[in-house]
Amino acid sequence: MTAAREVRFYQVGSFAAGNRLLGPELQSEQAHPGRSNALTCGHRACQGCGEALGARYALDAAQRAAGGKVIAVNATGCLEVFSTPYPETSWQLPWLHSLFGNAPAVAAGVAAALRAKGRTDVRVVGQGGDGGTVDIGLGCLSGMFERNDDVLYVCYDNEAYMNTGVQRSGATPPTTRTATTQAVGEVPGAPFGQGKSLPLIAMAHEIPYVATATVAGLRDLEAKVHRAMGMRGARYLHVLVPCPLGWGTASHDTVRIARLAEQTGLFPVFEATGGVVTDVTPIRRRVPVEEYLRPQKRYAHLFRPELRTDVIARLQRTADRNIARFGLLAQEEASS
Amino acid sequence: MKEKPFAITLDVGSSLANRTGAWRTERPRYVDRMPPCNQACPAGENIQQWLFHAESGDYESAWRQLMRDNPLPAVMGRVCYHPCETACNRVQVDNAVGINSIERFLGDEAIRRGWTVEAPSETSGKRVLVIGSGPAGLSAAYHLRLLGHEVTIREAQDRPGGMMRYGIPRYRLPREVLDAEIDRIMALGVTLELGTKVEDVLTAQAEGGFDAVFLAVGAGIGKRAYIPAGDSARVLDAVSLLGSMEGEGPPLLGRRVAVYGGGNTAMDAARTARRLGATDAVVVYRRTRDRMPAHDIEVEEALEEGVRMKWLSTIKHADEGRLTIERMELDETGFPQPTGEFEELQADSVVLALGQDSDLSLLRDVPELAVDHGMVQVADGLMTGRQGIFAGGDMVPAERTVTVAVGHGKKAARHIDAYLRGATYDPGAKHAPATFDLLNPWYYSDAPASVRPRLELARRVSTFDEVVQGLDESTALFEARRCMSCGNCFECDNCYGVCPDNAIRKLGPGKGFDIDLDYCKGCGLCAAECPCGAIEMVPEEDSGA
Amino acid sequence: MLKQTEGSRAVAETVAYCRPEVIAAYPISPQTHIVEELSRLVKSGALKPCEYVNVESEFAAMSMCIGASAAGARTYTATASQGLLYMVEALYNASGLGLPVVMTVANRAIGAPINIWNDHSDTMSQRDSGWIQLYARDNQEAADLHPQAFRLAEELSLPVMVCMDGFVLTHAWERIEVPEQAQVDAFLPPYDPRQVLDPDEPVSIGAMVGPDAFTEVRYLAHAKQMQALEAIPRVAEEFRQVFGRSSGGLVHPYACEDAETIIVALGSVFGTVCDVVDEMRENGVRIGALAITSFRPFPLEEVRAALGRARRVVVLERALAVGIGGIVSSNVRTALSGIQLAGHTVVAGLGGRPITKESLHRLFDDAVAGRLEQLTFLDLNTELVERELARMAKTRRSGPSAENILRDVGSNR
Repeated sequence: MTAAREVRFYQVGSFAAGNRLLGPELQSEQAHPGRSNALTCGHRACQGCGEALGARYALDAAQRAAGGKVIAVNATGCLEVFSTPYPETSWQLPWLHSLFGNAPAVAAGVAAALRAKGRTDVRVVGQGGDGGTVDIGLGCLSGMFERNDDVLYVCYDNEAYMNTGVQRSGATPPTTRTATTQAVGEVPGAPFGQGKSLPLIAMAHEIPYVATATVAGLRDLEAKVHRAMGMRGARYLHVLVPCPLGWGTASHDTVRIARLAEQTGLFPVFEATGGVVTDVTPIRRRVPVEEYLRPQKRYAHLFRPELRTDVIARLQRTADRNIARFGLLAQEEASS
Repeated sequence: MKEKPFAITLDVGSSLANRTGAWRTERPRYVDRMPPCNQACPAGENIQQWLFHAESGDYESAWRQLMRDNPLPAVMGRVCYHPCETACNRVQVDNAVGINSIERFLGDEAIRRGWTVEAPSETSGKRVLVIGSGPAGLSAAYHLRLLGHEVTIREAQDRPGGMMRYGIPRYRLPREVLDAEIDRIMALGVTLELGTKVEDVLTAQAEGGFDAVFLAVGAGIGKRAYIPAGDSARVLDAVSLLGSMEGEGPPLLGRRVAVYGGGNTAMDAARTARRLGATDAVVVYRRTRDRMPAHDIEVEEALEEGVRMKWLSTIKHADEGRLTIERMELDETGFPQPTGEFEELQADSVVLALGQDSDLSLLRDVPELAVDHGMVQVADGLMTGRQGIFAGGDMVPAERTVTVAVGHGKKAARHIDAYLRGATYDPGAKHAPATFDLLNPWYYSDAPASVRPRLELARRVSTFDEVVQGLDESTALFEARRCMSCGNCFECDNCYGVCPDNAIRKLGPGKGFDIDLDYCKGCGLCAAECPCGAIEMVPEEDSGA
Repeated sequence: MLKQTEGSRAVAETVAYCRPEVIAAYPISPQTHIVEELSRLVKSGALKPCEYVNVESEFAAMSMCIGASAAGARTYTATASQGLLYMVEALYNASGLGLPVVMTVANRAIGAPINIWNDHSDTMSQRDSGWIQLYARDNQEAADLHPQAFRLAEELSLPVMVCMDGFVLTHAWERIEVPEQAQVDAFLPPYDPRQVLDPDEPVSIGAMVGPDAFTEVRYLAHAKQMQALEAIPRVAEEFRQVFGRSSGGLVHPYACEDAETIIVALGSVFGTVCDVVDEMRENGVRIGALAITSFRPFPLEEVRAALGRARRVVVLERALAVGIGGIVSSNVRTALSGIQLAGHTVVAGLGGRPITKESLHRLFDDAVAGRLEQLTFLDLNTELVERELARMAKTRRSGPSAENILRDVGSNR
């Protein structure tokens, strides 16, 4: 048995950014000393910002895939504000910010121009936060999907309007405390039964590629960007990026919290082509939702003044439903 | 390029002018911590470091790193009870890293490939007498020789190795392995005088002109408990039984053999009895299994081989062909108390495995030297009460294992070396321990330990062939790569990857990383996501910068 | 080539000869015939390379234009009315970023009440959007303004709106000299962007600018429009040289030299105004007219020069600044500051109401006779509005005025 086992395992090579024993081709882009650092030092994101991390992960990978020829279009939001306050920009690739709700259309416009000019070598990435994507930008995004414009759109989802001071968005999960769904009244926090899953909406457009990822899964994220960049047409990547400020988490916990979101099943990580789920990233160490909720001040009202087991159970059911729906424990079930 | 629109359009990367390091209240700092394996190793091996080399397939470097602390890796890879693995943090992820099996692989690889160690070209002119060629003596001789001293080993037995040869059965330690590793030490220029029992240490030192002495005579005398026995009862001790396997030949034990005692030697005796043809080998022990001093693996292997265990039993009387056994009960302190209930056990012979004593007759005339409960008392540096006379191994108060003995040998050598130079040896401060809570085990891929193949059972009970087999190269490599490198950076690039501010500089292979304090905001993600706990956060005001 | 064609088609063909590389548009009356023709030209391969994108809204249309223009493509769109308002946020963005998008606006009223017919409410609402606004007097000028618009836009890095009256021009069939490709090529060089998204020379476009520089950025936007005041007549003159006809420019005075009364107007109504001026002149009335082609930038000096010697000025407004009255008038007054003359604002032709010569005669006669109030509404059904005002005064729940008026209009018939 052991003799048949291939030596493919390099200590932490499958999960950490890199490993001294892996060849460059097997390292993550983020392990490369020559990574493009699409978003470079000096930006004004908060300490431990998940969005800054996610954006660099995604764009560096996209640049690697496209030989550096990537144009980024950015919706208004934290990412835009912290990266380009005059007179400094942190971007190192051609980058355009227009408005809050039009990034997908602007990106599609860039793509149309490139097409007209025959520049098939240059690729376009649109990006924005959850507000700019699932709410105010949804019309433009849907249009971009429907026309199958040659754009990879990346949503950095931190589950509320962080730039304006943590107000509820269509991506805010139920029970979450935000500045406009405060922890007061009979049903504290965001209500159940509202909000939307943009990945599923994207899938309904039957675009070539839809995927979700988190900043806790660097290699998974990069692999998805690479896959997306290998295709033409409208592609959508939804990346969960915890926000220490808005979520009330420690700045050093950004990756851990994203990991917990994944490992609880609250944030299913999957990919879909042509509207059909083709692969899921299985939960590796399943944890109850409580472990994810407890470190976040935006859920503090579920624990104090009294433990809201009823509400936590309801959130657990959401996670369980995701697990069943996407087969997030597929390997375990298969082996048992 | 035309003049760009004012303020709206900016030159890329211009934010480098904004030194966000000013935001910081804490800063990350790369640290080295003491991995639990290293901490637990009685031989003081830098296990993590040699695993580091082995992980890249550089077995020779791994072996050389290993040899800096232990001259007997192939032996140790077989007989060490590997406290490193017990301490290994990976136990809390899946199973401990098979350090011992990798050590054996490296040791065997060195023998196979004929790797050797160079003796220093210059000598100190100092002469050291080592008494006893067991693991402590060999280890001391090896290290002293490498430190440039002239070393003579005097051994009472006809062959070197001490208990490694006369106490550990061949099925656990093939003699060609032992011989190969001893030969390599001797090849450094150590003088070995066999069949030379030192009767009086001071005379031997004076006559030989030795500047220092290392006593490592071991504990080779089996303890004899008083058991009322009939004239025809056949009672012998385990040390003699195991020793006889190397020379005069095995004694007649009969088909039914009782072994009295609960230590590793008892297991060795029982398993040897099985191999010598005993159909029924029974270990009689007065407490329960969980209180047995023998290591679990020894007990398990004995049970696999058909050795029976009789717990909570003492032998009250031995007669020809049978024993009278009294059942015991543990009192609330865990001490066995007689119950007055007796039974008979059929046994053609009784092997006593009740512990061993040292032959300290050579120390009779050393007044400054203190002995307590049959053991030589030593100071921290293993020096006895007599200046220049050091002692280690089984004859001093410590756990009696090959590994401890090898560690004593090294430690003594360093202190002797200092003594010879008129100095004191300072091992330096140890790093803080790399405890499991400092790790981020998520990053370690699921990789259960490799299992070492074992000899088929039929051959185990009929031959003295080695029971536990070695790992092949790919399995050893796999196993080495299971090391989590607790507390020490192994260049996984995770800090470099997870910094949202690109404030970590990658310095290149073998050089690690440093923090770009101009931009580090002190978020702590690098420390939190460091798999091995090699980054700590320190308050900015205390950082001394 | 002179041909009998529809205004929209002439504009579409002319735009096509300008070699746009990206066209993104959303259909809205009365702009549809323009974009339909352009989509046909692209799809048929007659216009290439060009991407025609059917977007899901005007907001997306302008947004796509922003992206395409920033990527260095010559970019065009067209809209009207509600559509223009729906893209407002992007309008300001395009001008703020200095992107030379050219857009035709088929001028149309803004609801509620919803109304698809012509007036200038839509573009007038965007007079401060930072776009250059050129108003066509007729279909020939509508077509001719497009090559000029691209020239100006790309030279100045500013977006340009070509405003043509909905239906009145867009749907009118007449003889129009449609330019030849070679002429347009001679007049309009390939687009050489001032800034472009290029991986070889990356820049960040669209930074956030705070109090420290925002005023300067706005000042520079204004300064560029001031530069346009010089560029517009120059480009018009070059156009005349290449195409052999006069179109565009800042203003068009008509019989102003000795005029005591001057009528100011924008767009297609100017032709009717000139006809009335001619007829009144035959009767010895010293009346003239001034067309303002470039409403943004507003040619203060040219307007002042044309009107400064008159005794009275009547501004014919095709839009209403609710709460004050005239929009063009305010701008004209600024041009005339310090000059004592009688100024009148006449709101006319809202929501497609015809402006007849008869009404204009009456209006101008009143003006010349000094009978005109400062603000009047041409052909207002005074009786009807009085009735509604009385109703509103009587009861709070008088219902929606529009409904009531429609009912009253019906009952009048």
